[in-house]
Amino acid sequence: MNNKNVIEVENLTKTFGDFTAVNAISFEVRKGEIFGFLGANGAGKTTAMKMLIGISNPTSGKANVAGFDVFTDADNIKRNIGYMSQKFALYDDLTVKENITFFGGIYGLSRARIKEKANALISELGLQEVTNQLVGSLPLGWKQKLAFSVSLIHDPKIVFLDEPTGGVDPITRRQFWEMIYKASYQGTTVFVTTHYMDEAEYCDRVSIMVNGKIEALDTPKKLKEQFNVATMNDVFLKLARSPSPTLPKGKGVNTDKDYNHEKKSSPLGS
Amino acid sequence: MSISITNVSKSYKDVKALQNITFDVKPGELFGLIGPDGAGKTTLFRILTTLLLADEGIATVAGFDVLKDYKTIRNSVGYMPGKFSLYQDLTVEENLNFFATIFGTTIEENYDLIKDIYIQIEPFKNRRAGKLSGGMKQKLALSCALIHKPKVLFLDEPTTGVDPVSRKEFWDMLKRLQKHGITILVSTPYMDEAALCDRIALIQNGKILEIDTPEEIVKHYPKTIFNVSANNMYQLIKSLKVYEHLYSIYPFGEFVHYSDKREKFNSDDLKHYLETQNLSDIQINQTQPTIEDTFMELAK
Repeated sequence: MNNKNVIEVENLTKTFGDFTAVNAISFEVRKGEIFGFLGANGAGKTTAMKMLIGISNPTSGKANVAGFDVFTDADNIKRNIGYMSQKFALYDDLTVKENITFFGGIYGLSRARIKEKANALISELGLQEVTNQLVGSLPLGWKQKLAFSVSLIHDPKIVFLDEPTGGVDPITRRQFWEMIYKASYQGTTVFVTTHYMDEAEYCDRVSIMVNGKIEALDTPKKLKEQFNVATMNDVFLKLARSPSPTLPKGKGVNTDKDYNHEKKSSPLGS
Repeated sequence: MSISITNVSKSYKDVKALQNITFDVKPGELFGLIGPDGAGKTTLFRILTTLLLADEGIATVAGFDVLKDYKTIRNSVGYMPGKFSLYQDLTVEENLNFFATIFGTTIEENYDLIKDIYIQIEPFKNRRAGKLSGGMKQKLALSCALIHKPKVLFLDEPTTGVDPVSRKEFWDMLKRLQKHGITILVSTPYMDEAALCDRIALIQNGKILEIDTPEEIVKHYPKTIFNVSANNMYQLIKSLKVYEHLYSIYPFGEFVHYSDKREKFNSDDLKHYLETQNLSDIQINQTQPTIEDTFMELAK
């Protein structure tokens, strides 16, 4: 593996029965890069991400994450990456401090190190007043910022963020991205999915998945040039519009003759 | 007025979910309630659909009082909650039949209203609702909310977590429904969707920040905004945050939106300052404020 790359993926494929959720995707992510992983609902993003974080076995292909092979060394991958999603990040029934201590412990940090990290993290986020409050009682934006900090507690090489800012207010969303910039500036690679196309513009490079394949991958600037449009939203609409997984065969703009909607949409659900 | 809300307040213990909300929605209007999670959008929807009692205030929907005439309201509105609330174990067709029967109608009677939407999920009419993809669930839920030809349609965050393509299709559908004369109150956390509404209310922490047309709302932004970019985004933000003339700075796509405290802003000054901070490829160009700029200004 090239020592500048922290993720290397080659022809990575995942099938469920006769349905191909991820179809021979190949890409690299460099150290410290903010890599946007975009696609319509059901395009295969989550399935691809699950393989990269070592919780789902690929059907075929190669992938190396943080220096470890996804087939043979999944446990080492889990130790060396951070992960947060919109749906699950922290325990609502634990306090701010308890969550930090819990995750620090899970990742094998010493007590002294956890204490040091907890103090630094709490003061940086300005959470001094609420350290002993249950996380469930905090506003969503605070929770998400805390979750991101906790995902970095073991100084991972890469952090995977699955729609981290969904539903968050616009100011907090930007504060969140400033944290991402900072992490990237300090050398952490950030692998992020989002449905906010302005956030796609914040990424160093962006890939767009359509029906299990990566159909575009470049800097936001070059993608906009390539598709001759003004915004990433327009790039997305041009690419992901056809064939849309929500349109049945022969309807609307779906022009893919071989596209079998019944098969395509079943295993992933929503 | 299709919806009339006067001084409505609601608290949950210490949390003031809604504080003195007052606004009207005109017949046939597509009205957007724009705000983040926790703003109070769902609480307001539940009050208007007679599922929750307000602590104070008066509200009418389609001319009926939410307290006295709750039964009439339930018959004359459609409600699509944020959480998928159809029967997962019934098929697509069974769900639609069920809701038609409950409201004393049939699928055939109002088919013209849902045709556009239902036709897209009809190939899967024998599939159980729980097995549908997110986009299809959303279309089925909308069909069920429309099956009795409601006068007023309530859509609570119909596009949250939905990709930009499906979001665009959904808004195209709303525009078509509007042509049938249905009044629509829709909530969303996506500020770009606000521009598609006739009028919008910006809401945060249970308070309305502003109500107007999207075009008027952006005119209320008090400053001139500049798109600023440089070779390193993180350094650029850090440097601008400590710039003495800073009024506000927010990342916006490939640029940051910068506004200056001074009446007369000199972009050369700023450029020079950024150069002293070791930034290069500096670009500063005036741009138009967006609804999101206005929202953040009001929410500060």
